[in-house]
Amino acid sequence: MSTTSLMSYEDALETYDPVMGLEVHVELGTATKMFCGCSTEFGAAPNSQVCPTCLGMPGALPVVNATAVESAIRIGLALNCSIAEWCRFARKNYFYPDMPKNFQTSQYDEPIAFDGYLDVEVEGKTWRVEIERAHMEEDTGKSLHMGGATGRIHGADYSLLDYNRCGIPLIEIVTKPIEGAGELAPLVAKAYVAELRELIRALGVSEARMELGQMRCDANLSLRPKGREKFGTRSETKNVNSLRSVERAIRFEIQRHATVLSDGGTIVQETRHFHEDDGSTTAGRIKEEAEDYRYFPEPDLVPVAPSREWVEELRGTLPELPSLRRARLQAEWGVNDFEMQSMVNAGVLDVILATIDAGADADAARKWWLGELSRRANERGVEVATLPITPTQVARVAALVKGGELNDKLARQVIDGVLAGEGEPDAVVEARGLKVVSDDSALGAAVDEAIAANAGIADKIRGGKVQAVGALVGAVMKTTRGQADAARVRELILERLGVS
Amino acid sequence: MTETIRWTAAETASAIADGKVTAVEVAQAHLDRIEAVDAEVHAYLHVDADGALAAAKAVDDARARGDRLGPLAGVPLALKDVFTTKGVPTTCGSRMLEGWRPPYDATVTRRLKDAGVVILGKTNMDEFAMGSSTENSAYGPTGNPWDTTKVPGGSGGGSAAAIASFQAPLAIGTDTGGSIRQPAALTGTVGVKPTYGGVSRYGLVAFSSSLDQGGPCARTVLDAALLHEAIAGHDPLDSTSIDAPVPNVVEAARSGSVRGMRVGVVKEFAGEGYQAGVLARFAEAVELLRELGAEIVEISCPNFTYAMPAYYLIAPSEASSNLARFDAMRYGLRVGDDGEHSAEEVMSLTREAGFGAEVKRRIMLGTYALSSGYYDAYYGQAQKVRTLITRDFEAAFGQVDVLVSPTTPTTAFPIGERADDPMAMYLADLCTIPSNLAGNAAMSLPCGLADEDGLPVGLQIIAPAMADDRLYRVGAAVEAGYLSRWGAPLLDRAPAL
Repeated sequence: MSTTSLMSYEDALETYDPVMGLEVHVELGTATKMFCGCSTEFGAAPNSQVCPTCLGMPGALPVVNATAVESAIRIGLALNCSIAEWCRFARKNYFYPDMPKNFQTSQYDEPIAFDGYLDVEVEGKTWRVEIERAHMEEDTGKSLHMGGATGRIHGADYSLLDYNRCGIPLIEIVTKPIEGAGELAPLVAKAYVAELRELIRALGVSEARMELGQMRCDANLSLRPKGREKFGTRSETKNVNSLRSVERAIRFEIQRHATVLSDGGTIVQETRHFHEDDGSTTAGRIKEEAEDYRYFPEPDLVPVAPSREWVEELRGTLPELPSLRRARLQAEWGVNDFEMQSMVNAGVLDVILATIDAGADADAARKWWLGELSRRANERGVEVATLPITPTQVARVAALVKGGELNDKLARQVIDGVLAGEGEPDAVVEARGLKVVSDDSALGAAVDEAIAANAGIADKIRGGKVQAVGALVGAVMKTTRGQADAARVRELILERLGVS
Repeated sequence: MTETIRWTAAETASAIADGKVTAVEVAQAHLDRIEAVDAEVHAYLHVDADGALAAAKAVDDARARGDRLGPLAGVPLALKDVFTTKGVPTTCGSRMLEGWRPPYDATVTRRLKDAGVVILGKTNMDEFAMGSSTENSAYGPTGNPWDTTKVPGGSGGGSAAAIASFQAPLAIGTDTGGSIRQPAALTGTVGVKPTYGGVSRYGLVAFSSSLDQGGPCARTVLDAALLHEAIAGHDPLDSTSIDAPVPNVVEAARSGSVRGMRVGVVKEFAGEGYQAGVLARFAEAVELLRELGAEIVEISCPNFTYAMPAYYLIAPSEASSNLARFDAMRYGLRVGDDGEHSAEEVMSLTREAGFGAEVKRRIMLGTYALSSGYYDAYYGQAQKVRTLITRDFEAAFGQVDVLVSPTTPTTAFPIGERADDPMAMYLADLCTIPSNLAGNAAMSLPCGLADEDGLPVGLQIIAPAMADDRLYRVGAAVEAGYLSRWGAPLLDRAPAL
């Protein structure tokens, strides 16, 4: 179904209420895997971070990573969940080449955390998203389909398997059905995932970078005619990997379901793939019945029984929740909702705070990170916080600007230099010769030259048309390659022309 | 050198430590014995002569340097082919793993090596330890040294036959439903299933994780204790391993006594299906215990009746999941990799070709029992029975120190007799299964030959979890009692090979 043949979003919501369920997988940033001592470092050579256990070798056994359990409990607590006094892992049995044991060690009916909520802001209103459960499990490996045009399994000549990711700890966070959001449903979904990401980062348990697959969302959606209690049949759009895609996928599925239903058709319970290019989804495998995973308690592991003392100790380690922190910062900085939201969306709150800690004014720190640096990050297609520049370096640039040693234009060139690996800001200033020139003797010649070269404009200024001075200032800036102190140049020109 | 092979492990270790013989000579004597008789017995799937001689030489070198030798240094051992051995083939008796050389040692393997034990090779077994006769091995059956037309029991028939035929003084087995004890009974040897969690399962290729337990096989109670001590103890690589001191089994084996102990006879382990000769020898064993100073108490464990059905739900369920990893993707057999088949088809073709009938039967049973809609009725119910059986044991051990029973209802049966009758085969484990379900400790040791066929009968002793030492205390007393009656070990009566 293409996007053009769909019922309009507005029409769809005239007739139907959307019900959503979001399942978010978070890869924990532990040093080692869930059940073995292998490194979790991203980007290593294929199959270089494997051992008998994560390769599912005959005889190898799992041992639970205590740090992962701790992270799971902290996530549960931050989501206002109850923490199980006793819970077990379970085996989820199904065959797939990138899963070495052909079962995934997960949790089934005994999750480590359950019955919580997360409040999110949508258009100035607070939505409470209820959390069904958060449970621990292990990631699978990766299949790489080689040859063929699409990189997908169909049409591939052969497939390669990389088991480095196998056994990386995951926390799966499942919401209860989200009802009543109406036309705001896609925004609620997006805001939930965004808020969850902030929370995960604030807890320090994962970088939660969606573009690296560290956080992945499966979006379930069903529609029911307005006024009806019973849920409709749902579709599950898998691996929606950006905030914008979460919003678009929900929106598309609302329209698609509505189109099918109002044509008298039925929705098939199935998984669907989201396409970034046109925002559509297409059918994956059909789930005629719920797949039979033959769950049973994992006999190779002992139950996890966190003591109440430990849980309370972990509760004490929870950071200020992102929503509270945002409210505090917004008040402290005196910025409006829009600007605050922009900073949150760009993921720059932490670096701004670090820049302020390094001595910068709050205004300057915000300006650089939200402006110039966000732009650079967009150009490079990376998250701003991952740019090769530190808050300390940004604070130094801001200090140089504040001290009048750099103007904004020069400061941007200093940032270029730092990003290009030319060293600390002062070293870049030195190497590129980027100091603002405000010394009159150095500027005098350039000013005289500009007046001589633009006699007509000079006459106009003498004649009282002072606003024309900008053209002469521009000329001076050009000859000094932007290094002149523009305010001083203006003063000098007016002085020379006897207008001041 | 023929006498060397008949020494106990304790005698062998002393002789090496005292310089009466070198470890290399002992290893060579056993390799010669294997060469001479194993074509007939077929206890070994793989003999690692080079590895064995190198390990033996290392012990001799250590002695020459004046290093202190451990209590089993230089003693040869036959390792059940279900434990991984780095660089040495590990097949689990299956085509599926033909030619697989594991990249790592099991914890048991490593502890044996650390103890200076000389691993002669890997022994035959029912495929993936599923069976009671060793006929389910993909590499052909093992003969019982008492009569090679008879089965040696299973799944660890190779280990039991190896020690009964003097091809090694020690062996390692695994016991999921009786796979150490039942072969011990059928071959006139000693076999111990330690308390669950007592011996690490790391590197033990899993059949049923919650039931599997590695343990010692030997010709004497003391030898079993020495081996038990060498392999037992906490292992951080096995989450189910017990983190507590190992009961002092060697001390118990050296000071055997039943005086003042209360010994329970399990009422349910008698009656239909039990061979007359087995019951006669068992009755004598009970009399011996009484003579040795034990108080005999009859005990009823009513839920033991349901142990067999519960076991045949739990074990296959876990097996269906444990054996899912054999999919041709990373190791072992691969069938259909000709560019014409998808990965899923290769998996399917490989599993079709690589697993034998009994393994497939249990995978199907387990898959069914775990299926949605059947889980509660089968797997869930079986787990409840398991709890009831554990409670029966708890109640019994409230009244007695150990329980005794015949190890198996019958003596060794002819190869082929039960091969096509799974139910008849399963009955061989009737008396051994309850201890696996409860996770306690149990031993089988010889108590004579059945009158009707002249084949060995096993006496089973069961002790509470973590009280493995009681098995050895009682076992050593019984063994000494029989030795004074018989004047020689039972195995001396076995026909020459």
